[in-house]
Amino acid sequence: MLYREAGDYKTTYAKDNQTFPIKFDRVAYYVLLFVAFCVVPFFINDYWANAVLVPFLIYVIATLGLNILIGYCGQLSLGTGGFMAVGAYSSYKLMTSFPDVSIIIHILIAGVITAAVGMLFGLPSLRIKGFYLAVATLAAQFFLVWLFNRVPWFYNYSASGQISAPERTVFGINVTGPNVDAWAQYMVCLVFVVACAWLARNLTRGNLGRSWMAIRDMDIAAEIIGVNPLKAKLTAFGVSSFFIGIAGALLFTVYLGAVEVGEVFGISKSFLVLFMVIIGGLGSIFGSFAGAAFMVLMPVLLKNVLVGGMGWPTDVAAHFQFVIVGGLIVVFLIMEPHGLAQLWRVAKEKLRLWPFPH
Amino acid sequence: MSAGFYYGVEVFLNGLMAGVMYSLVALGFVLIFKASGVFNYAQGVMALFAAMTLVGLQNGQVPFAHLINAIFGTHVKEFGWHMPTFLAILLSVGVMILFAFLVERYVLKHLVNQEPIILFMATIGLAYFMEGFGDLMWGSEIKKLDVGIPQGGNVWIEENTAFLGGEEFYGFYIDSLDIVAAIVAILLVASLVLFSQYTKTGRALRAVADDHQAALSVGISLRTIWVIVWSIAGFVALVAGIMWGSKSGVQFSLSLIALKALPVLMLGGFTSIPGAIIGGLIIGVGEKMFEFLIGAPFLGGATENWFAYVLALLFLVFRPQGLFGEKIIERV
Repeated sequence: MLYREAGDYKTTYAKDNQTFPIKFDRVAYYVLLFVAFCVVPFFINDYWANAVLVPFLIYVIATLGLNILIGYCGQLSLGTGGFMAVGAYSSYKLMTSFPDVSIIIHILIAGVITAAVGMLFGLPSLRIKGFYLAVATLAAQFFLVWLFNRVPWFYNYSASGQISAPERTVFGINVTGPNVDAWAQYMVCLVFVVACAWLARNLTRGNLGRSWMAIRDMDIAAEIIGVNPLKAKLTAFGVSSFFIGIAGALLFTVYLGAVEVGEVFGISKSFLVLFMVIIGGLGSIFGSFAGAAFMVLMPVLLKNVLVGGMGWPTDVAAHFQFVIVGGLIVVFLIMEPHGLAQLWRVAKEKLRLWPFPH
Repeated sequence: MSAGFYYGVEVFLNGLMAGVMYSLVALGFVLIFKASGVFNYAQGVMALFAAMTLVGLQNGQVPFAHLINAIFGTHVKEFGWHMPTFLAILLSVGVMILFAFLVERYVLKHLVNQEPIILFMATIGLAYFMEGFGDLMWGSEIKKLDVGIPQGGNVWIEENTAFLGGEEFYGFYIDSLDIVAAIVAILLVASLVLFSQYTKTGRALRAVADDHQAALSVGISLRTIWVIVWSIAGFVALVAGIMWGSKSGVQFSLSLIALKALPVLMLGGFTSIPGAIIGGLIIGVGEKMFEFLIGAPFLGGATENWFAYVLALLFLVFRPQGLFGEKIIERV
């Protein structure tokens, strides 16, 4: 009975184009923002921040980035882990080279550097597509990880080969390093997530987003109607890598604090983000949130149920998790190739007509 | 000739042998891709799973022992017998055929007419599933696989080539296992070619590879063909799993050779069996020689991880269809 658009009249183009055309959605969105910004920070504790909320927020940014590339522009990439590593290492180099500049600016510049690297590795996409492109991005993945492992300049010649984030503050509050409060971590990530989601939403429904989608749906036809494939593909790689770079930088500076490149940014990270995109829904902003939430929550839940509840050994539970993730991917592709976002859309349609569907 | 030159030759020969191993995996990809247009990412995990099954059967492990122990609090581990290798291999082939059947029944059938990229991602899901399933079934510890293939440097070759390089050179060091693998690969390719040329099923396979709809219209059952192709790919995976497993133990990293097979396919072309072999050889030799000549002296080593991909990347830009692939012409 709540979910109605009766009395919701659209009289201007601006209203017609708004992200949440139904008033209920709009209110829910503002309430959610209010809760996220003004309520959660006061109740958050270390466990929730470390196990659920902070990784969720960071992966949302990465998933948004990859979704732009795969879901909106149709270019398959398996190099996410490598690009996240670029974001992490460039933020590290920036933080240690210019300690006086705000970390927020460092993270943004890290995103820009990653965008440049992404565009470089996106160049082959102009000639090749599909699996071939996937292999090209795989080259980026392995090459970048090797680079950060082998060239000591990137980790400031530290003996362990690791990078660890020095302490930095925003408005006088610690956000990186070992003595950081849960709510501070959370707030930094939240601000970035909201900004990125807003940016992604507005990019994808504008001129640029439409040219991406045209390329995705049929590149030849898109070229005929005047979309420049060079520009569309490279901007998709650039924007996508920008997001992924920010996610990598946040993952390193705010969440983990210390990183060993092969372990954190390996090929499994690429697949993790890819799964988030698929399960959430290709070509959907909401789907990026849903997919990231699902993939972050599921292992926590499984671990609590199997190890905590039923007393299984952790390794068996971990294997079981692989089975479930793999099975779910296949099931989702068969039953609902558009992921959780499509389920949500269907549910909303049903809700609008309920209880009189005819 | 100096000893350095002969070391180079030795690296070259070892590269060839490593290339044969890559080719074995790439072969499975090509088979499935030709027949069903599916790029099967799970091929590497299939090799791992097949090898695990073989070891498990040989040692008489109880399947799902960890799971059973976790649920019922028991301590079952092994049946306490040792199965003859030949019987274990036969049974593993049976398991792979069963797997092929199940994949067709529960996955492929439902994904007919989807875009190739969706199918590719489905096989990634399949790979994850199998990896977890294999670990649940047989445990995740590193296992030793021994099917009676000789291992270690081949003494005969070493002794008979020692005269070439003078004082500091002791003859070529080539692993016997690699030689066996090379012979097996040659036999496998030869039999596959004969099979697809001279048997009725083989012809049906080629017809499906050529044109799905035309094949359907002359009465070839696509579903049967898919089961057959996945079974053959499972068999190839078993062979690859035996070779890699004997070489470096049955462990998780085995499934990563699938990723190494990708550049092999880029070079050889997705649709060519000889291409898979030659692509594998080029990658094998290329990465070993690059490491020997440039990587280790100048770049700090471990270039083998990425060399193949970068080579494939360069190749893609200039010749996207690979060396032997069919040229796809698209014009705007």
